[in-house]
Amino acid sequence: MKVLVPVKRVVDANVKIRVRPDGSGVELANVKMAINPFDEIAVEEATRLKEAGHASEVLAVSCGTSACQDVLRTAMGIGADRAVLLQTDAELQPLAVAKLLAALARKEAPQLIVLGKQAIDDDCNQTGQMLAALLGWPQATFASKIAVEDGRLFVTRDVDGGAETVQLPLPAVVTVDLRLNEPRFVSLPNLMKAKKKPLETMPAETLGVDLAPRWKTLKIETPPQRQPGVLLANAAALVERLKNEAKVI
Amino acid sequence: MTILVIAEHDNIALKGATLNAVTAAAQCGSDIHVLVIGHACGAVAEQAGRIAGVSQVLLADASHLAHGLAENAAAQTLQAIGQGTYSHVLAAATAHGRNVMPRIAAMLDVGQISEVTKVLAADTFERPIYAGNAIATVQSLDPIKVLTVRTVAFAAAATGDNTAQIRSLAPVPDSGLSQFVSLARADSLRPELTSARVVVSGGRGLGSADHFRMLEPLADILGGAVGASRAAVDAGFVPNDLQVGQTGKIVAPELYVAIGISGAIQHLAGMSDSRVIVAINRDAEAPIFSVADYGIVGDLFDIVPALLDALQEEQKRLAA
Repeated sequence: MKVLVPVKRVVDANVKIRVRPDGSGVELANVKMAINPFDEIAVEEATRLKEAGHASEVLAVSCGTSACQDVLRTAMGIGADRAVLLQTDAELQPLAVAKLLAALARKEAPQLIVLGKQAIDDDCNQTGQMLAALLGWPQATFASKIAVEDGRLFVTRDVDGGAETVQLPLPAVVTVDLRLNEPRFVSLPNLMKAKKKPLETMPAETLGVDLAPRWKTLKIETPPQRQPGVLLANAAALVERLKNEAKVI
Repeated sequence: MTILVIAEHDNIALKGATLNAVTAAAQCGSDIHVLVIGHACGAVAEQAGRIAGVSQVLLADASHLAHGLAENAAAQTLQAIGQGTYSHVLAAATAHGRNVMPRIAAMLDVGQISEVTKVLAADTFERPIYAGNAIATVQSLDPIKVLTVRTVAFAAAATGDNTAQIRSLAPVPDSGLSQFVSLARADSLRPELTSARVVVSGGRGLGSADHFRMLEPLADILGGAVGASRAAVDAGFVPNDLQVGQTGKIVAPELYVAIGISGAIQHLAGMSDSRVIVAINRDAEAPIFSVADYGIVGDLFDIVPALLDALQEEQKRLAA
């Protein structure tokens, strides 16, 4: 089966972001960018499915500017066979990304689409579910385990208060959670090999989907900061404060 | 215009998160319907009808709706929306709401505003981005607003006096797509993490799954839930459903006790709205101290037992 893995280029998870003082957004100039960590887990999982003989081809896709080529190279360094960039300079919201991915899925006909449960920039947690809806495919979100048996998927999902297992016919969309796997370190030789793998660029506009934003961002601000607290000497002092000052026990 | 709130439940009892979602709904408009999708869940519909401000409960009851599968739940919600004039569709941003709502939004061809923390106007909302390191104010341009709301940001709606009318919906057919196999419940007599009054969380500093258990008596004496940082989950000390943070549960209890947690940005995003924060860590420079109201710098293996002793003393004193 062919596996499609959408990846997003986001601010590196280790960077402390800075909100522009004029409220217009988050400063992205000269900030280290990286593959969205959840999408990296998805690429790793797709690669493992190929290594286990379940997948025949792993195709990575990203939607955005030409800068997104770097995260596609990372995906190919992990193990994707080829990559497609759906290129646009337009601001893309989750519904527009889902529409682009659905259009590509109709062309490429993957049996499985696996992607991160959310991107760590806008924290929307929408794209996979929307994509499944647009394609009319089953969905399994927040996967902590994926097994392929007799052409069906068994996905264990992290839900509130436990773990749920669902069974899905293919084709299907799966979004992945942190515990699914630990992505491999991409070695230099593999990164060099990834440079030789095919990366196709397609103008997003040629897919004929509506990319119009569905909300307007009016401003972006820094959250209110907490006041610094006090350091205490021992547990007894803490209990005294919690009881008499904070009145929480 | 009417607001539709998707109820969250286990077919027996309504989950508290629904009450928070109704409060958010009341800030968007005055006529509120609650949609209960499930199986043999009449009692849930009755509970939903008692929530203050709810004018009608819509009930879709069928065996293939028992497990809240996204495909069936989204189709059923779409059918309900088609029978009314709804301006907003809301659910709590829980595992269930996060799973189902974007599917509904895409079927309506509208965007979704996720994890709303403040309703500024019927079309304008605040939501955290970048793990809570920035707050975005966004205005929806869609005719129907699909929202998930952070439960900790909205008080629970009152319940008791109301008796809203319950209207049965014809169940949509089974999609035949995903099927429920099993649910492994994390057995615990402690309160649920997202609604607990006290949360005691541990991090990598605990060192092992065995050591992590030393937090349990502390949680129990405080009547609290046990949580964990992502580092503790990654290290395999505890399952992922205990994870507090950007990628886990968002909590805002009265008292949050962080033990052996350094306070990575992604963890702070999940707990910094707590009313009182206590940090116990060996490293005085740990970022957790920058959000803590009370801190103790030292070895948690000395401090946690001492804290348990001090709390037990206190309890004895109160009992005497």
